[in-house]
Parts: sequence; structure tokens; C-alpha cells
Amino acid sequence: MSHMQRKFSMKKLAFLVFFISGVVFGQHHEEKTSHTTTHKEQNSTLSLKEEFKKFKEHHIQDSHSFDFVSYKNDEGEKVHIGFPLPVILWDNGLKIFSSSKFHHGESVAEAGGNYYKLHHGKIYKTEANGLLNLDEHHHPTNVKPLDFSITKSIFFVIAVALLMFFIFSKIAKSYKTSALPTGLGRFLEPLILFIRDDIAIPNIGKKHYKKYMSYLLTIFFFIWIINLLGLTPLGVNVTNNIAITFVLAIMTYLFTTFTANKNYWKHIFWMPGVPIPMKILLAPIELLGTIIKPFALMIRLYANITAGHIVLMSILGMMVIAHNWLGSSLSFVLAFVLSLLELLVAALQTYIFTMLSSLYFGMAVEEHDEH
Amino acid sequence: MDKLLNDFSVGNAFWMTILFVGLILLLKKFAWKPILDSVEEREEGIKKALEAAEEAKKEMQNLNADNEKLLKEARAEREAMLKEAREIKEAIISEAKDEAQVAAGKMIDSAKASIEQEKQAAISGLKKQVAELSISIAESVVKKELASNNDQLQLVDQLLEKVTLN
Repeated sequence: MSHMQRKFSMKKLAFLVFFISGVVFGQHHEEKTSHTTTHKEQNSTLSLKEEFKKFKEHHIQDSHSFDFVSYKNDEGEKVHIGFPLPVILWDNGLKIFSSSKFHHGESVAEAGGNYYKLHHGKIYKTEANGLLNLDEHHHPTNVKPLDFSITKSIFFVIAVALLMFFIFSKIAKSYKTSALPTGLGRFLEPLILFIRDDIAIPNIGKKHYKKYMSYLLTIFFFIWIINLLGLTPLGVNVTNNIAITFVLAIMTYLFTTFTANKNYWKHIFWMPGVPIPMKILLAPIELLGTIIKPFALMIRLYANITAGHIVLMSILGMMVIAHNWLGSSLSFVLAFVLSLLELLVAALQTYIFTMLSSLYFGMAVEEHDEH
Repeated sequence: MDKLLNDFSVGNAFWMTILFVGLILLLKKFAWKPILDSVEEREEGIKKALEAAEEAKKEMQNLNADNEKLLKEARAEREAMLKEAREIKEAIISEAKDEAQVAAGKMIDSAKASIEQEKQAAISGLKKQVAELSISIAESVVKKELASNNDQLQLVDQLLEKVTLN
């Protein structure tokens, strides 16, 4: 009984840590070293590990509802604290309903005569009984309707967009009364000037940089704010959603492609200064390069943020699973140091994304003399 | 890669595109353009102010140089004036000296001439007196009738003693 109580308090502590750090528990790969553990304890540790693994997966994934915290209550029922978000499906017509209908994947939602079930963050169309047909890899084979839901990521993008609009339009207004920045502008103006003087102008050139400034500034502050908020107790990751980084990268690609001058295309399709067979050989390579560049942008941001979150969560998980004062405190110190590192990564990845985007813009508008 | 494709949500990409393009356009209109414009304006203002200050400094230097030049000129002029004045003074003095010399010479000459004249007049007066005296002596001598030679000589001596020139 006392064991159970200790387990329970450990769990409580674990959820508290989750709440504070905003990061759920990761799995740990270390075997328990204590030889005196009972069978029962091992079982419960295993289930705890399983739970962490599920938590971690859940955390990495996008979600149809906004949960701050979820835990099992005394009766063993899962309790979620948060709010539902709208689900928008295109399945022979628009279907809009609240994600609360899914009850976090536990029940079938009915909308316009169709039945839908949430399974690992994806919505599947089912019969009224809500059964999913799983294949040998445990992937459902049910039809997936086109999902245009306002998910957690999108909800957060909206929130950050509103925040940015509010902050920066306010700063813009403050310039009308005084030539010097006031309030938050004092902190943000140097950053704006940094992007202009150290990123845009050196890479793009004084002649063309102006038309790219709005994009570079928006992308810089957007990624940075969203990366930083990903480290807060809200536990939201937007930049580890591949669809989000895809859109960011594709924008850079499209902007580069549509503002490119004759010279840029000439260097891709008919590289000057090399023999004709080489020109023919280089053209597909260069063309592929234009796609690889934004692809790398997309993967770099996605992978860095995802990896950071997984490692941080794993260490936090270790803190609970280690279950002894040395391991737990070491994990805590490690998690703390890693959080600081993640702050750096958040800013660094933002800088790299902005820097490379401006580099590509610079290539698009570069004016060569004939070689 | 499979996981990446599986994770990719068309719905998310759709909303993200709309939201992000909207955000860029809105911020461009309401934030970035006004901010960058006013920052640029301020920088331009600062640049202009600095240039103006530089200009003013240069002007000041020019003015100082001008002043210096004027002062130098004034000094030179004063020097020249003083020199001239000194020359004039000297010229006047020497002229005056010359004139005085000439005048003194003339005076001396005229004095000499008048002395000569006086002398001549005195001499001629003396001559006349001497003649008269001689005549009166001769008269007395003659009158007394020359008793003796000695008496005559004594008389001449007495008479001569009586004679005082002038």
C-alpha cells in the first residue's frame, strides 16, 4: 500500500514537472540498476515508461484539441485540462464540429450522417460503431477525409500572428509621435536593424533588399517567437510540424523563383564560362539545387526543433523513471542545461532560416559581369 | 521519410499558407513599412545634421581664418601708418631744421652786415671826430702860439689825454 502511495505521489510529481516545464515525459533506455526491486515495481515502472512514450509521441504530434495537462484521476480515468478546437472536414461537403465530440479519441463523432474517429492525431471515417480496420502495421486502412481543422498548431499560428500584429503595429504607431523607439520598440528596433544591416543588405545588396525586408522580418520574428513559445509550459510545438516548415520553405522558394532575374536563370540553364557538354550536365543539377535548398530549409528547422524536444523530454522522463536521488537530480541538471541550449537553438535556427533565405534572394537578384 | 509524409497535413499547410501570407501583407502595411520608413527618415536626419554640423565647423574655421587675415591686415596697416607718420615727422623736423638754419644764417648775415655798417659808421664818425679833434688841437696849438717846443709837446700830450675815443 505504501508502495502504491509512493508511486502515486511520484506520478503527481511527474505531472507537476510536466506542467512546469511544458514538456512531457520521454522514454528512457536505461535498465533499472537496483536489484532489490520487486516484480510489482518493475511492472509499474514499465507501465510508467509506456505512458511516457505515449506522452512523448502525443507531444510531438499535432492535436485537434488544446490540452495543457492530462492525467489519470483516482478512478483511473483520463482527465484532460484544456479546450476543444473546431474540426473542419471536407468529405462530400463541409463538416464542421467541435473536437470535444471525439472525447480525445475515445468515442465516435457524428457529423452530417457520417461517423469519424480520431486515431493517433488523425481523423478516419468509420461506420457508426467506430471500428477501425487495422493492417499488419497497426495502421488503419479507413478512408481519411480531407482535414482542414484548426489544430493546435494552426491555433497557435493564429495566436502568434495576432500577437505579432499587435506588437509591431503598436511600435509602428509609436514612431508617429517620436523619432526614437519607445517601450518594446527599444528592444525590437535593434533586431529589425540587425536583420536589415547584417542579414538583408550584405546578402541581397543595397539595390534590391527593400522588397524582401517585409518577408525576412516576418519570418524572423514568426519563427523566433514560435520557437520560444514552444519552450514555455504551454507545450506547443509549431516548428516541429512538417507542414508549417514546408510552407515557410516553399515561400522562400516561390519568392526566390518569382523575383529572380535573367542572370539567375542563365546560371541555372546555361552556365556561362564552361564547355557545352558541361552546360548540359550542369542544368539538371542546378535545377535540382533550387529545390534542394528550400527542402533543406524545411528539414533543418523541423529536425532541429523536433530533436531538441525529444531529447529534452527523454531527459525529463529519465528524471522520473530513474527513481533515485542521484539519477533524478542529475537528470534535472541536465534538463536545465539542455533547456538553456534549446533557447540558443531556437534563436540560432531562426537566424539560419532568415540568413539562408536572404542568401537565396541575393542569388536571385545578383547581377554578374560576363565571366 | 515515411513518417514525415504521414505527418504532413494538407489542412495545416493550407491554413498556414493563408495565415502566413496574410500576416506578411498585414505587417508590411501596418508595421514594417512605417517602421523602416521612420527609421530611415531618422537616419537620414542624423546624417544631415552631422553634415550640417561639419559644414558649420568648416564655416567657423573659414570665419576664423578670415578674422585672422583681417587682423593681420589691420596690424600691417597700422604698422605702415606708424612708419609713415614717423617718416613725416622726421621729414618735418629736418625741414624745420633746415629752415631754421637758413633763417639763422640769414639773421647772422644780416647781423654781420649791420655790424659792418655800424663799424663803418663808427669808423667814419671816429674819423670825423679825429679830424675835428686834430683841427681843434691844431687850432689851440696855433692859438697859444707855439712858445716852446716843450710846451707844444706838453699841450699835445694834455690834449691827447683828454681825448677819449667814444
